[in-house]
Amino acid sequence: MLDWYNPVFLSRVQFAFVISFHIIFPALTIGLASWLAVLEALWLKTKHPIYKEIFHHWVKIFSVCFGMGVVSGVVMSYQFGTNWSEFSYKAGNVIGPLLAFEVLTAFFLEASFLGVMLFGWDRVSERAHFFATLMVAIGTCVSSFWILSVNSWMHTPAGFIKDASGVFLPASWMEIIFNPSFLYRLTHMLLAAYLSTAFFAAAVSAGYLLKKKHIAHARVIFAMSMFIVVSLTPLQIIAGHAHGINTLKHQPVKVAAMEGIWDSEHGAPFKIIGWPDSKAETTRYSIEIPYASSLVLTNSLHGKVRGLKEWERAERPPVLVVFWSFRIMLAMATLMLLVGIIAVVKYLNKTLFKAGHFHKFCMIMGPSGLLALLAGWVTTEVGRQPWVIYNHLLTKNAASAVSAYEVSISLLAFILVYSIVFSAGIFYIFKLIKKGPKAGDWHDDYGTHGLAHPLTIYDIFLGHK
Amino acid sequence: MLDFSNTLNLPLIWGAIILLAIAIYVILDGFDLGVGILFLFAPSEECKNKMINSIAPFWDGNETWLVLGGGVLFAAFPMAYAIISPAVYLPILFMLVALIFRGVAFEFRFKASAEYRKIWDMSFHYGSVFAAFMQGVILGSIVQGVSVDNSRFAGKAFDWLSAFSVVTGIALVMGYALLGATWIIMKSSATTQNWARRVASYLIVHVLFFMAIVCLWMPFIDDAIYARWFLWPNCLYVAVIPLVTIYVSSRLIHAIRANYEYEPFFMTIALFMLGFLGLLISLWPYIVPRSVTFTQAAASPKSLSIMLVGVTIALPVILLYTGYNYYVFRGKADAASMYK
Repeated sequence: MLDWYNPVFLSRVQFAFVISFHIIFPALTIGLASWLAVLEALWLKTKHPIYKEIFHHWVKIFSVCFGMGVVSGVVMSYQFGTNWSEFSYKAGNVIGPLLAFEVLTAFFLEASFLGVMLFGWDRVSERAHFFATLMVAIGTCVSSFWILSVNSWMHTPAGFIKDASGVFLPASWMEIIFNPSFLYRLTHMLLAAYLSTAFFAAAVSAGYLLKKKHIAHARVIFAMSMFIVVSLTPLQIIAGHAHGINTLKHQPVKVAAMEGIWDSEHGAPFKIIGWPDSKAETTRYSIEIPYASSLVLTNSLHGKVRGLKEWERAERPPVLVVFWSFRIMLAMATLMLLVGIIAVVKYLNKTLFKAGHFHKFCMIMGPSGLLALLAGWVTTEVGRQPWVIYNHLLTKNAASAVSAYEVSISLLAFILVYSIVFSAGIFYIFKLIKKGPKAGDWHDDYGTHGLAHPLTIYDIFLGHK
Repeated sequence: MLDFSNTLNLPLIWGAIILLAIAIYVILDGFDLGVGILFLFAPSEECKNKMINSIAPFWDGNETWLVLGGGVLFAAFPMAYAIISPAVYLPILFMLVALIFRGVAFEFRFKASAEYRKIWDMSFHYGSVFAAFMQGVILGSIVQGVSVDNSRFAGKAFDWLSAFSVVTGIALVMGYALLGATWIIMKSSATTQNWARRVASYLIVHVLFFMAIVCLWMPFIDDAIYARWFLWPNCLYVAVIPLVTIYVSSRLIHAIRANYEYEPFFMTIALFMLGFLGLLISLWPYIVPRSVTFTQAAASPKSLSIMLVGVTIALPVILLYTGYNYYVFRGKADAASMYK
């Protein structure tokens, strides 16, 4: 039989496919929910209708994303059992409670207040509605807290003991929840969610500015998203670096794969591009920056960087995938930083809203946050292989006793169904974007408030003259 | 570290919690799946809009109980989760796919143009039917028993498919449809309500018929179930259940005929709970029937203890704001779009 036609490999492909599809929507709903809460707060404070109109437009986009996140999320919660029952059986005592807490403290909060947030505008008071929006936004963040704790535990397991049959038992909940990589990963992911949303919203509003449609709304959205891009991109780069150093400490072989370094060396260069060859144990055709890798990882030009050859072949992750997904993420980060720098320059020149090449660039950059996020997840998850629980449970020993036949059916079904649903979802989101916000008749006095003039952050966020 | 195992029977408490979660799921998602099952039979477009609006603010929260059920089974009874999930691999897949088509239809339907709306109407309807049917099949195949070896599933890909599981599948579709119909009676008026009443009086006959088949079939699956229902003196105690069922059914039929608005829904819930109780009596103390008991499958006392703290705090709060949500969207449903 073909060497990929086995339940373990097919289940891995299925999990990767299903979770990659899923993570796009929570990432956007985390960002959108917080943004909608800010918009509603601004409306409550200023009573300027523009915030309400943007809210009512984007809450529909939010609800499409949320719906797709929910249906693809239900799939996730059952896959642990259907495809990875050995993992569930062994790790259930430790990560099960964290997942249960996610449902209890986050999912219900989001799902219940979503009804009021979407449909309750005329049924509850303004404050109660804002409260509902806030609860949904908090729910999305609480949800990330638990699920990233679980994921981090799989990378840096702590606070457990193993019984004779290999079942993981809890020893300290604090050590389990706040395992060594958790806070790094949580910060990195939340920032990624906000940035992904900001780039998405920036692309939409840049499109409006270029087409000279919904200009008043577009300016507010563009200014707000650029504010996020300018302030969070540098923070994200710092957070990513800190996360990398944390990975170096706990999963050095992953970092060696990310760097594509085979032989341990002092003063290691950073390979901008290259082609890691696992058979020959070398990285071909690389273009390098001298000393950069040592400098970034060890804070010294001549620091020692460990190479992949320090580990047995069977302990190394698939180097090519990890190497390239990491570079895709870095490339996106560089471009995102560039957007931020241009935005600052344009803001100082008072030409932030003047339609031009920058807005076209922003439109192209729309999916950049999501692309970086997916590439980052591929780096960290593929980089953990061959382990599912790092250093404790091999992925190949974690699968269910199901047949390759069953898993092929489910994999094909998910690919087919997700393609249909995803296309339809994108289509309706674009339709909503094209339709634009429903504008009231307040635009006559448009020139009299702050937005017509070169604006300050104070104008955008706090009030109108 | 937190451990209540000296003072509390944790597996028993968690067994009760998971049964509560499943019962709440069946009632809540039952009525919105039921609305989906009846959807394409609705007499008019306006009626359809009312039906979908009557559940739009709730379905998401309702489906979360399914996630809770899966999550709690995973966390509190990892062994049972690890045995059952692969055993019903394909039915779970089909259920999930059906739930996807049904879930996205809510959003897409609101946004679609008139001609495409029909596609999402169908997606909503068939998704609901298949999800309900597959849930019934999963239930039936678990009741029948799963082959287990060394605490692992040891059966084949299609073990779940049997005459009994197909019958429980159909029974659940009928049951959810009745819950949906009586929900619509409560949440609508005039034409829609009259139609729902006709549907409910048609469905009640089928529901009772299928309930009877399942009840009479179950004791013959296993001697222990037979003994529990038919041997003296047990039969005397458990006879309460069929008797109460007969009483509830007659109240339900009367309530539908007498044009009551609320009672049909709550009597249908009572009917479901009686069926649930009957199932419990047949299967106790097994979580994987006749292979693994609640106690054997339970997670470590420390895991169960920390979750008990969590659930004791979170569950009342969840019930409170779920109640608030139902309170906000009380009264009859409108046909107009609910988005502002």
